[in-house]
Amino acid sequence: MGTCMERLYNGIIKENPTFVLVLGMCPTLAVTTSAINGLGMGLSTTVVLIMSNMMISLLRKVIPDGVRMPAFIVIVASFVTIVQFLMEGFVPSLYDSLGLYIPLIVVNCIILGRAESYASKNPVLPSIFDGIGMGLGFTLSLTLIGCFRELVGSGALFGFTVLPETIYTPITIFVLAPGAFFVLSFLTAARNKIMTKKKAPAASGCNEGGCASCGNSSCGGHGAFYKVEPEDQKTEKE
Amino acid sequence: MKELLIIAIGSAMVNNVVLSQFLGLCPFLGVSKRVETAAGMGGAVVFVITLASLCTSLIYKFILVPLNFSYLQTIVFILVIACLVQFVEMFLKKSMPPLYNALGVYLPLITTNCAVLGVALTNVQKEYGILSSVVNGFATAVGFTIAIVIMAGIREKTEYNDVPTAFQGSAITLLTAGLMAIAFFGFSGLI
Repeated sequence: MGTCMERLYNGIIKENPTFVLVLGMCPTLAVTTSAINGLGMGLSTTVVLIMSNMMISLLRKVIPDGVRMPAFIVIVASFVTIVQFLMEGFVPSLYDSLGLYIPLIVVNCIILGRAESYASKNPVLPSIFDGIGMGLGFTLSLTLIGCFRELVGSGALFGFTVLPETIYTPITIFVLAPGAFFVLSFLTAARNKIMTKKKAPAASGCNEGGCASCGNSSCGGHGAFYKVEPEDQKTEKE
Repeated sequence: MKELLIIAIGSAMVNNVVLSQFLGLCPFLGVSKRVETAAGMGGAVVFVITLASLCTSLIYKFILVPLNFSYLQTIVFILVIACLVQFVEMFLKKSMPPLYNALGVYLPLITTNCAVLGVALTNVQKEYGILSSVVNGFATAVGFTIAIVIMAGIREKTEYNDVPTAFQGSAITLLTAGLMAIAFFGFSGLI
């Protein structure tokens, strides 16, 4: 049980996928226009993450090493398709507002990163808890960013007006595309500030590329998780 | 013809893939340090996305729809794209070495670029025909190239600026991207 709790803590706080590992930036930016969207995206990613971690961990001795990436992708894509249909059937309004980004969970670097670095090497139970921890960490950060953007951008929280227009004029730009970049930029700056104070450059491997791992899973996947020398990633990017 | 032009301008400028849809952010932030590499990446993306939208729309129209397998689109598309990139890489290496040398480094990076899958899925969602799909793919990729080249140009300049320590690296890049996104809002009256 100890490992399971450790995995949860690891995913939510110590290696929070958004704030510490800086993975999965594309959905983070795209769907956090409101707290509900952030929560919905986070939870659907969590479900896919748990299921794919479980499946990959079960099949880890069966899948040959040479074709493990395609195999992982097929497993992840199957679960994404299932989640997509469930959402279309049961929460159509959320499905409409997330739209294209639900099938794009397939290329979310967090999922393949966890599959590659944890689930393919560990037994089923810790892998499931790893999925839960990472997923909750992702959900938490998406909801936080969503709350902030919704509050500043439209004066509401989870769809309810918190700050009426008589006292607060919403800064609409925060709900639109540029606002996402601004919020993330300040988050990164704050993180840099804390990191330099702590003098601990750990896990900052992929810092520069944001979610470089989307295009290059070896960077996010290995760089952040294994803490490979940063030189490796630099040469790959150049 | 007019419809195609509207699709092209719409996806290249108005709904720019990086700045308003947040797809392909990863190479946009990772490979935008110098203009030449950014242009190389852009070229590779144009090549792959155009080809991928052709292949995926052909497969969707002639295999998935007649067999009633259209719910498998996500799985099929991601596999097709991965195979396509591998195949293109091998083909270029063998028959067009100069082009391979120019694009080679970037090709593997594109496989999991969300923009490629995103375009393929958008084509299906908006029910584009084959020609419109190809035009949409090409224009989206051109939009990506425009954004990444401009970004690289700005980053070459900001390198010499006195940026606060906390904002160095990706923070200032994201801030620049936000300002660019505001600028691209100017196109929204075009169509």
